[in-house]
Amino acid sequence: MKKLTLAAAGLALSLGAAQAQEGEPIKIGILHSLSGTMAISETTLKDVMLMLIERQNAAGGVLGRPLEAVVVDPASDWPLFAEKARDLIEVQGVDVVFGCWTSVSRKSVLPVFAELNSVLFYPVQYEGEESQRNVFYTGAAPNQQAIPAVDYLIEQGIERWVLAGTDYVYPRTTNKILEAYLLGKGFPAEDIMINYTPFGHSDWQTIVSDIKAFGSEGKPTAVVSTINGDANVPFYKELANQGILAEDIPVVAFSVGEEELAGLDTEPLVGHLAAWNYFMSVDTDINAEFIEDWHAFIGSPDRVTNDPMEAHFIGFQMWVAAVEAAGTTDPDMVIDSIIGVSVPNLSGGYSTMMPNHHITKPVLVGEIQADGQFETVWETPGLVVGDAWSDFLPESAVLISDWRKPMECGNFNVELGKCGGTTN
Amino acid sequence: MRFILLTLALFASLAAGLAATPARADTFEDLVAKLPDGKYKQRGEVIEAIAATGDARAVQILEFLGAGELYQMKADGVIVRVVKEGRDSIAYDIYTAEKIGEVGRRDATKIKVNNSLRRLIRDSVGALTLRAPDPALRLAAAETILKNPDPGQIEALDAAIAAETDAEVKQAFTEARAAAVLASDAAAKEKIAAIRIVAERGDAEALAVITPLASAEEASVASAAKDAIASIESARAVWDQAQNVWYGISLGSVLMLAAIGLAISFGVMGVINMAHGELVMLGAYTTFVVQEVIRNHAPGLFDWSLLIAAPLAFLVAGAVGVAIERGVCRWLYGRALETLLATWGVSLILQQTVRSLFGPTNQEVGNPSWMSGSFEVGQLAVTWNRLWIIVFALVVFGVLLAILKQTPAGLQMRAVTQNRRMADAMGVKTGWVDALTFGLGAGVGGLAGVALSQIDNVSPNLGQGYIVDSFMVVVFGGVGNLWGAFAGAFSLGVLNKFLEPYAGAVLAKILILVFIILFIQKRPRGLFALKGRAVEQ
Repeated sequence: MKKLTLAAAGLALSLGAAQAQEGEPIKIGILHSLSGTMAISETTLKDVMLMLIERQNAAGGVLGRPLEAVVVDPASDWPLFAEKARDLIEVQGVDVVFGCWTSVSRKSVLPVFAELNSVLFYPVQYEGEESQRNVFYTGAAPNQQAIPAVDYLIEQGIERWVLAGTDYVYPRTTNKILEAYLLGKGFPAEDIMINYTPFGHSDWQTIVSDIKAFGSEGKPTAVVSTINGDANVPFYKELANQGILAEDIPVVAFSVGEEELAGLDTEPLVGHLAAWNYFMSVDTDINAEFIEDWHAFIGSPDRVTNDPMEAHFIGFQMWVAAVEAAGTTDPDMVIDSIIGVSVPNLSGGYSTMMPNHHITKPVLVGEIQADGQFETVWETPGLVVGDAWSDFLPESAVLISDWRKPMECGNFNVELGKCGGTTN
Repeated sequence: MRFILLTLALFASLAAGLAATPARADTFEDLVAKLPDGKYKQRGEVIEAIAATGDARAVQILEFLGAGELYQMKADGVIVRVVKEGRDSIAYDIYTAEKIGEVGRRDATKIKVNNSLRRLIRDSVGALTLRAPDPALRLAAAETILKNPDPGQIEALDAAIAAETDAEVKQAFTEARAAAVLASDAAAKEKIAAIRIVAERGDAEALAVITPLASAEEASVASAAKDAIASIESARAVWDQAQNVWYGISLGSVLMLAAIGLAISFGVMGVINMAHGELVMLGAYTTFVVQEVIRNHAPGLFDWSLLIAAPLAFLVAGAVGVAIERGVCRWLYGRALETLLATWGVSLILQQTVRSLFGPTNQEVGNPSWMSGSFEVGQLAVTWNRLWIIVFALVVFGVLLAILKQTPAGLQMRAVTQNRRMADAMGVKTGWVDALTFGLGAGVGGLAGVALSQIDNVSPNLGQGYIVDSFMVVVFGGVGNLWGAFAGAFSLGVLNKFLEPYAGAVLAKILILVFIILFIQKRPRGLFALKGRAVEQ
């Protein structure tokens, strides 16, 4: 009898709780381009989010409520990102948004998230120099990708550097940081060549032959590539055709992952490098399970996984953990409770959300293999904390970011002792 | 903020001390068995020891290792060679090449190599193949030594030179020996002689070998090196110009292929077809589909895939073109702005359709063997795919010219271009001529797609990158004239490539646009203006 009363009480309680939440689903916004130039990269991220949400629902949802994905298509149109973000938060009433790829799309939605006080998880490696209260950066900051990769090349005896990039904000900032870093390491300026190309550049003949000439002056040379998206395929094809082998002039890329290699015959590219925080080839049980789930979800055993997918995997788990800890999806509570949350990543360790809204990750350097996968040849001995403000640029070296109380500032100037960046 | 390395998980130096440095007494088999041990550094030492044994099997084993084909079985630690055959991985004995059987993904561990090990393997194999029976192998060995000269190989090279019968290989050996001398601490006189030998090559490799000597201690060596560098560089400056012209022609051929279909539809019908880029994209996807079918059903035909794809791409893109003309453009003749918007809409529909059918990611289109790699003419590296694309572009141009000038259909097209109402009055079915012309232009766009699939990535966005350039070519060359498109494409290509080394790729593109705007101010009808009464309409 006593047991029965207890059970009844329990039932009443859980019913009450459910009523308080009205049993309604928690809405999750997915803001990734499904058409236009960026669809090539972002569609996969939409799919992986749907998979993660499905997995979470199968495991009982969050706070006993099911999750519901709200997918919108900002169509690779930067101002439309802001409009769609506003629509997601104001009209659809989502509690959190996972989205954006390019830095310019992120910049375009920042004021919306600040004004409407919502939460954005941004899954792509970026140029840093930013830390916003409403944004969580689960991709790599430059010190989690570019700097360790260059360190690896220095260790391999490289003495000359070609910094090749597409002409926009991420390569420009990253190359500025890298140039300052290399000059600081004692490489003379004439051993650093910087080259920019327009978006979607497809005629690489001149640049590749310039690289070849630059690299055959007796010093070991490497190319550090921040070439974006579609332009990579013709670049690599030209490299292969002009016979530049990785043994002679390795190219280390920050925007080339498994997905980009899928459109390429990688046989002539074996040995060229990429630096990421995750490779599909990472040999861990959690990764094997993730890949299996992904193949089952997408219905094709040929689809690859990549670094930004892992970033969403980590970000999603962090958000779930933070919501469970806060007991609510209220953005202010989640923003407070997510700092310090630690969740497993796919490379076999744990990633933690730091007070600057960046996360800790291992850095892996991989070489391209003939089967289109990367093979890890080097990794950082531990986890690297994402640094919002680069130490290698004079204007940002004095800035720190800490969103915990009482500082609550994304650009605290340690020299002036106040919040507000470098100016005044 | 300081750069903090959290040492939460220390993986480093796990297996580091485990692998013993190979001792002299090790047999070849022992050394090979040691390959999986330790990290890259130890593996490098084992590779050097294997090469030092001079064993006849060394080259083979090292080449397997370099190709990443050596695996260690997890069960018994045996080293096998694993080769992918279709979807299966088959293990072979490394010595007898006997088939052992299929291995699963998790049964064996790959013996990893990185770039520095691959380089080491290449150098070791080079040294071991100096006396190989195949002259091509010996030539490759000489090139390897030249790229990475090692004074320790002078003796071996002397012996090889003495025994060599092939003149070309002998020359390569002599150059390699000279490079090795330059890397050694030989007497100044010997080095100066060596500089002369290497400088004869006059290429980038020679420059790489000689450049470090410009700062040599002996003044005579340094000055000889400086002279050699100066003469190589002045010769290369001429070749650089030749290279710019070549690259320009190559870029021009791509521009012409993309633009010439547009020149037909734009020129003949005055229709601004914004969907032309998507027709190019359809041609590229046709190539992809053809290659997929060939891969799965008749792998032997792969080298023919482009020749098979070309007519199909023409038909697919042409059919879509006719459909666009019949379905959209026909209703909007004489309303340029509406046509522009409508075809732009069609381009978005086509893009999204392809994206839904094939997915948004890049598709892999392979290069047939005859389109891979490059050869050298003097100091000029000519890549086969670019050369064939130029040939293809010229053939397409020639055929189009012949169709327009020699066939009745071409005659009708020209008649409609020059005076639509008069042609109508003479009994030409202008409606059908329009559809055919549009289809022809679209089909040529499809052909361009076959060529572009070889140098660009095959994705739904392929066409967007070319539409602006195509219009530039057509406007610059002169509307309604094939020769205009021809001259426009090649002059813009060459101009671009001459600007690029000085201005950079971004600025070069801007300068070209500014140039075209100024040019159009001066000659509004482009390079080759159409003449006749109809033009003034």
